Amino acid sequence: MIQNLVDGFLVGSILSLGAIGLTMAMHMLRFANFSHAELLSIGAYVALVFDGLFSAIYPALAGAIAPLSLTWALSLSILISMAITGISAILIDRLVFKRVRAKGGELSMVFASFGVAMILRNILGLIFGLDPKLYSQDIVFAIVVSRDPFLLVKPDQVFTLIAALLIMFILHLVLSRTTFGYSLRAVAENPTLAQVSGINLSRMIVLIWLIGGGLAAAAGVFYGLTNQINPVLGRDLVLPIFAATIVGGIGSIYGAVLGGFLVGLASNLALVILPSGYSPAVPFLIILAVLLIRPHGLFGEERA
Amino acid sequence: MIGVISYLVFFATVASILSIAVLGLNLQWGNTGLFNGGVVAFFGAGAYGTLLLGSASQDGLLGGFGLPYLLALFGGMMIAGIVAWIVGLLTLRLRHDYLAIATFGVAVAFENLVRNADLLGGAQGIRGFERPLRDTFGNGFTYNLLFFVFVLILLVLTYVFLERLIASPFGRLLRAIREDETAAQSLGKSPSRVRLTAFIAGSVIMGLAGGLYATFYAFISPQDVLPILTFQIWAMLIVGGAGNNKGAVMGTFLIWAAWTASGWALSRFAPLEVQLYTGSIQFVLIGFVIVGMLLWRPQGLFPEKLVVSQSAKTGG
Repeated sequence: MIQNLVDGFLVGSILSLGAIGLTMAMHMLRFANFSHAELLSIGAYVALVFDGLFSAIYPALAGAIAPLSLTWALSLSILISMAITGISAILIDRLVFKRVRAKGGELSMVFASFGVAMILRNILGLIFGLDPKLYSQDIVFAIVVSRDPFLLVKPDQVFTLIAALLIMFILHLVLSRTTFGYSLRAVAENPTLAQVSGINLSRMIVLIWLIGGGLAAAAGVFYGLTNQINPVLGRDLVLPIFAATIVGGIGSIYGAVLGGFLVGLASNLALVILPSGYSPAVPFLIILAVLLIRPHGLFGEERA
Repeated sequence: MIGVISYLVFFATVASILSIAVLGLNLQWGNTGLFNGGVVAFFGAGAYGTLLLGSASQDGLLGGFGLPYLLALFGGMMIAGIVAWIVGLLTLRLRHDYLAIATFGVAVAFENLVRNADLLGGAQGIRGFERPLRDTFGNGFTYNLLFFVFVLILLVLTYVFLERLIASPFGRLLRAIREDETAAQSLGKSPSRVRLTAFIAGSVIMGLAGGLYATFYAFISPQDVLPILTFQIWAMLIVGGAGNNKGAVMGTFLIWAAWTASGWALSRFAPLEVQLYTGSIQFVLIGFVIVGMLLWRPQGLFPEKLVVSQSAKTGG
């Protein structure tokens, strides 16, 4: 039970990072982006490539930062991967979503996002192979935190949690303390009025993709660090991330953070009563429950 | 020669079954503007429902009612309708993305349920009942031909039913809501009620397709309800032209032919180490078909004929 709670919290931090970008794009561009979770995969694989590259060029970087399995090379790769994934998100928007948007029809965007997800996921599979990959072959033993109740935690998991919380805190500072943050919130509230006040809407859209992609990349690497990397990572995470945005209320960044933790906790606690095979279905049950009890989520507002 | 014909019959049967599902999606998406991200759930509900209701009791499996075939098929359709009713009731009042997410979720949950629940056959799937009227027609070519005719009749019936529905005042209402919900509401119509009706009707039609599919193979397993089927069915509708039933059927035959041909070509000509990735290559292709159509020809190959107004049409 306590183990499920801790695991749920760790998974939750990853889902939160993924859900922040999704909820921003969904609110701003008004479509459910089914390809968002593929950004996590892109992030995970880009970091894998650069990790290998750095370790080969500077073998000194390949050493693990004890007690983690995380290496200096990988921590550097995370930052690069965040940038590259953010740029990929902008590129995908330029190539597909922007053009579909120009033709009108929010629902065509949803279709397009499914198509994009399909293309990205399978191209990753073609490039990197269908078998799962790991950042480090070293076995890092979990630390027994307590024997009664029995609780195991891996150092990497603790790192992931702290890093995710740190990233979210930085985002919070940016949103609440900078002009950019104010403009972002203004655009989210009322795009037309924000434009009248001199905010460049298309530049905001680019920035949202950049941030969303960057956070997704971090989430993808953290997921790879605590689980494994495979091409269907996005497919497995897309529903939990959507559940997080719906729980939090579409458009609410803080809601997405809370939603991520709630979904992570609920999915792991559900395993106490349900056989583990059913865990992929749990996010769907959460979505149904939210729609039944509080359709606009915890912090969402009604919107046509 | 008989081999080729018998393959063509096989191909046409599957394509006709899929056409029925695409027609169901066309009612939802093409005519009403409802996004169904989980076509397989309704297709699968019909398939599993039909087999469970129609088969004699099997060890450790739910069902075993041994209903007469047509009743079992009808029951499968009803089950698909009930699933649609539950999902629709919860989501259709909300913004459209909720329906997209919830239907996508129902498909994931459905596949997860049938894969894990031993009562529903688990990962091995369910072997169905003996194909109906097998004793009369044997199990060979004649039977397959007759089954094809049966499917074709149902396809034509569905087609005619939908054409008449669209031409009816209800069909006009659907398009009115799709184009301008507020305007329709101001005329005293209830968009959420109408949308729910259309959503359930479309899902029941998908359930029919699923039931026929399960009958045809006399077998259904979680492998048959993977998300890829949803993509294929969409690609068929988008290529054919959303809103146009003729286009939907044409699109189905076209995409299904392309899919089977590409699968065959890859397995025939591609080197062995590439063959492991046949699925991935086909998925990328279908992704490009969807995105490409949306970018360059969103109205599809056979666009919907827009009727501006009835009087304009008749009055000339």
